[in-house]
Amino acid sequence: MECVVLESQSEPLEMEREVTVLNEQGLHARPVMQFVDTAAQFVSEVRVQCNDTIVDGKSPMEMMLLAATQGTQLKLTARGSDAARALDALAELIERGFNEE
Amino acid sequence: MKLSDFIVAEAIIPELQSTDRNGVIRELVESLKKYGKVAAGDVEAIVRAVIQRENQGSTGFGKGVAVPHAKHSAAKKMVATIGRSSAGVDFAALDRAPVYSVVLLLSPQDHPDEHLQAMESIFRHLQQDNFRRFLRQADSVEAIVDLIEEADGSPS
Repeated sequence: MECVVLESQSEPLEMEREVTVLNEQGLHARPVMQFVDTAAQFVSEVRVQCNDTIVDGKSPMEMMLLAATQGTQLKLTARGSDAARALDALAELIERGFNEE
Repeated sequence: MKLSDFIVAEAIIPELQSTDRNGVIRELVESLKKYGKVAAGDVEAIVRAVIQRENQGSTGFGKGVAVPHAKHSAAKKMVATIGRSSAGVDFAALDRAPVYSVVLLLSPQDHPDEHLQAMESIFRHLQQDNFRRFLRQADSVEAIVDLIEEADGSPS
């Protein structure tokens, strides 16, 4: 319900969420592509932070710079009208380990 | 991690003969074999693994570069090499543009962290416009090796 109210605001909405990389192989090329494909489904700007590195969550090349291993904590930030839905989808993807074992 | 930690300089191919993706992958694996970095008996399995991986999703992330790779039990340590094509190769890249610079990376199966660090190092340089431009123009092994050494020495 809260989302509906927030999305009707004219100011772009910015939200963030922390998630942990769970899959054994970490954020390698295939998970990065899944992440970028998912992020591309939303109009919101997506940024991903790992330690001091902040990258564009819609750029596969930049996402590779995170080199996030299993157990690494990432901070996802989404800014835009569908920020909440973007974060839900991206966090869910990471938390189910990108369908890897 | 530095590029020179895992890129086999002797195996660099400044002008690829192949004009198709699978041919380029084979040419680079054969080159690593020639310099003793891949055992002759492992060439077929490694070529197959890299192609299979590429079929699951192109490593052509755009801007004329691709990083085909595989984690394989035959790789005892991480090795990579570079191939350059002036004609361009179709890698089914995300931006659909031809690929002019290919970095082939082979990693052992049990060191996912090292693999991620190598990929980080490769993309940190490949995403820089200057590095990509110079790599595309480098028409000899020496020129490519110089570029790698310069990149490894620069702070960014």
